[in-house]
Amino acid sequence: MLMENKAENKAVFDAESAKEVVKELRDSFVTGKTKSHRWRVTQLKAMLKMLDENEPQIVAALRDDLSKPEFESSLYEIQMLKNSCRLALKEMNHWMMPEKAKTSLTTFPSSAEIVSEPLGVVLVISAWNYPFLLSLDPVVGAISAGNAIVLKPSEMAPASSSLIAKLVADYLDSSCIKVVEGAVPETSALLEQKWDKILYTGNGRVARIVMAAAAKHLTPVVLELGGKSPVIVDSNINLKVATRRIIAGKWGCNNGQACISPDYIITTKDYATKLVDSFKCELERFYGKDPLESKDLSRIVNSNHFDRLSKLMDEEKVSSKIVHGGQRNEKNLQIAPTIFLDVPVNSLIMKEEIFGPLLPIITVDKVEQSFDLIHSSGGKPLAAYLFTNNKKLKRKFVETVSAGGLVVNDTAVHLAIHSLPFGGVGESGMGSYHGKFSFDAFSHKKAVLYRGFAGDAFLRYPPYTPGKLTLLQALLSGSIVGIIRALLGWFWA
Amino acid sequence: MLSSMEKSIAELRETFKNGGTKSISWRKSQLKALLQLINQNEDSIFKALDQDLGKSPVESYRDEVGVLKKSVTYTLSCLEKWVAPKKAEVPLLFFPAKAEVMPQPLGVVLIFSSWNFPFTLALDPLIGAISAGNTVLLKPSDLAPACMSFLVETIPKYLDNKAVKVLAGGADIGERLLQLKWDKIFFTGSPRVGRLVMAAAAKHLTPVTLELGGKSPAIVDTLSTTPSKAKVTAKRIVGGKWGPCTGQACIAIDYVLVEEKLASTLIELLKKTIKRFYGENIKSLKNISRIVNKHQFQRLVNLLKDPNVADSIVYGGSVDEEKLVIEPTILLDPPLDSEIMSEEIFGPLLPIITLKNIEESIDFINSKSNPLVIYAFTEDDTFKKRILSETSSGTVTFNDSMVQYRYSI
Repeated sequence: MLMENKAENKAVFDAESAKEVVKELRDSFVTGKTKSHRWRVTQLKAMLKMLDENEPQIVAALRDDLSKPEFESSLYEIQMLKNSCRLALKEMNHWMMPEKAKTSLTTFPSSAEIVSEPLGVVLVISAWNYPFLLSLDPVVGAISAGNAIVLKPSEMAPASSSLIAKLVADYLDSSCIKVVEGAVPETSALLEQKWDKILYTGNGRVARIVMAAAAKHLTPVVLELGGKSPVIVDSNINLKVATRRIIAGKWGCNNGQACISPDYIITTKDYATKLVDSFKCELERFYGKDPLESKDLSRIVNSNHFDRLSKLMDEEKVSSKIVHGGQRNEKNLQIAPTIFLDVPVNSLIMKEEIFGPLLPIITVDKVEQSFDLIHSSGGKPLAAYLFTNNKKLKRKFVETVSAGGLVVNDTAVHLAIHSLPFGGVGESGMGSYHGKFSFDAFSHKKAVLYRGFAGDAFLRYPPYTPGKLTLLQALLSGSIVGIIRALLGWFWA
Repeated sequence: MLSSMEKSIAELRETFKNGGTKSISWRKSQLKALLQLINQNEDSIFKALDQDLGKSPVESYRDEVGVLKKSVTYTLSCLEKWVAPKKAEVPLLFFPAKAEVMPQPLGVVLIFSSWNFPFTLALDPLIGAISAGNTVLLKPSDLAPACMSFLVETIPKYLDNKAVKVLAGGADIGERLLQLKWDKIFFTGSPRVGRLVMAAAAKHLTPVTLELGGKSPAIVDTLSTTPSKAKVTAKRIVGGKWGPCTGQACIAIDYVLVEEKLASTLIELLKKTIKRFYGENIKSLKNISRIVNKHQFQRLVNLLKDPNVADSIVYGGSVDEEKLVIEPTILLDPPLDSEIMSEEIFGPLLPIITLKNIEESIDFINSKSNPLVIYAFTEDDTFKKRILSETSSGTVTFNDSMVQYRYSI
């Protein structure tokens, strides 16, 4: 009896429901409410309050979903979100101002500007690995640009999804910002609707589905995907600092389950042993002798991913290449930081994005050969890293490696620099956000030209004569002498 | 066994991979070569445009040759600045780190151009793609066959064949090209085909730029100012409707919104201007392009078939099927649910919609999908602000038409 009642009461979120949600938001948007500076400010301030007043709950949800250490939750999710809100609050006035554009002599007198306007009703689809950051950071951008928003958090981080839904309803304006929870059916229902923009964070397979759905409505998209982010390690560097930074970017970021985690390392045959030893030393310092006991590592998100990673580790010709780690605990969904040396380049672990605590090291004879290896490895990654003191190598790296973002002598930190656009290229995505780029991602840049009635150029209009043609040619070329000559010719003709 | 199409694309990919398009000197040399191509072949270009569209040399220079020359020259002068990395601010926390944003070419780019401005819409995106260091496959529209042939024959004589290729053909070639993987697709055309392009691009996660269209309205609020301003308004509306390819332009004025009491003044001014610019009637029509082909001609004629629409014609309406000519035609208040008021017209038919109060034009425009341009002839600053903030369009131009494109930089 109770089961039947439950089944009746649970509302199904289907295409009709999605349509209603979009209609409600569009009606709100049309009133102009979200366009006002005041609305945007109150929403961002409310979000700050929300983060301030619920830190323990957010940390707890992340621990439930990912066993994420409190340190990571506080720093990489809550603090980064707060920074985003604060930056938007500080800079929004400036971002919202029209930008003056240059006009040319040919349209004198005129003035031109580029006006940022909200796109309208936008959809944010987020991922499970940084469930708060990847849900709410795009929302900060969409709010600052004056849009109405639907947020679809990932169902693979259920505690976070449900907390986000509750907090957004409690703190933000639910006539303009809504959370829809769910999995594939709910996402599909949302994707059938017409949005003014979709920002999706996730993998390439689903991104293709999102873009194909968007194509039906000519909806522009930002796709934040991933890839195999390589780390080139040169010799003659401060090895201790480099190792620590790689560890922080790999296992310190959700235990390798991050889009910009160092995926694999390329170093020279000569340097490999030193590098492996340095890793062993620093990994023990960070996580102790038995990393499965450490409280400072996230777990693997679920058994599907655990099995996926196990398969990568157990592949023949790969499992024998483990030089450190390899311990697993299936019940607790834990895999220890594991390093491989010289796995075959065509192995699974070198073909797909790892997204976990496994780190292959590939060796080459000369460090310059790293570039060929990266280019031959398939799609352009979201990030690429280089540790070196060699200026020439730095220059070659920056000029030839194509990736969303590059960092020299560190990993992952570029995420925190708001003056840099964060996004991919090719298989790692399209579009970008963070800082003002978020505001721009959710705005339409409208071109505006102001003309007066003076100075009407008669030669634009018919009847078209050869004289007019000559004068037009001179005018369009901008050459003063040409214009004078043509005018003289015209008058004396 | 690779088809010749696939071989061409493989060559473009190889050229890009080998860094053939990277250097600033290569990009500049290609841009200069393009300028030479245009300068040395102006007459052939005029001839092809006349053949395909009946465009006169002045229109061809104003809207195609001149625009392109300006674009190449401007790009050449700015290229080094555009290519240079831009410094980005780094927070104190990261001192002494440095950051920059660095433009990189995407790789192999596909450009689809349309038939109404067959040179501008093919070569202007090409200028962009080359200046950014990409290799390019250009697929011009076969609905402007003389222009397409010109591009196919002439581009290889001036530009680097390993990096820039032109492919002739129709929709079937376009479909085959869309199956392949590109690093970017630039498409100019209709929203219907735009959807197909984006759907095909989605399979490869290829970013796209889609230049489409819509019903671009002209709001007219300057007829009761001075007679000279009223005259200039009329000239600019006529020039913005029939000037570009007889209305077959994405940014041509599609329809006009005006207050009821001023409608007859406007119509009289428009009639006078049309006669002066283009001739008294269809037999003496000059200085104006023709309809591109029978299919488009029939589509436009069909818009006038609805008896309620035909009844609203107040000027023009004559057609010449053999010459593919439709004279400049004005309609007064055709039914709002007729096809001529729901589809993008893309031709020489100008509906005038009357309103009680010109401010109603904002709601009227918002009841339709976002246009590419909104033209507003008004000197009322408050109204201008309302138009800017309460409507959404690609562009807004006040008190003129077309110039935002022709003379934009």
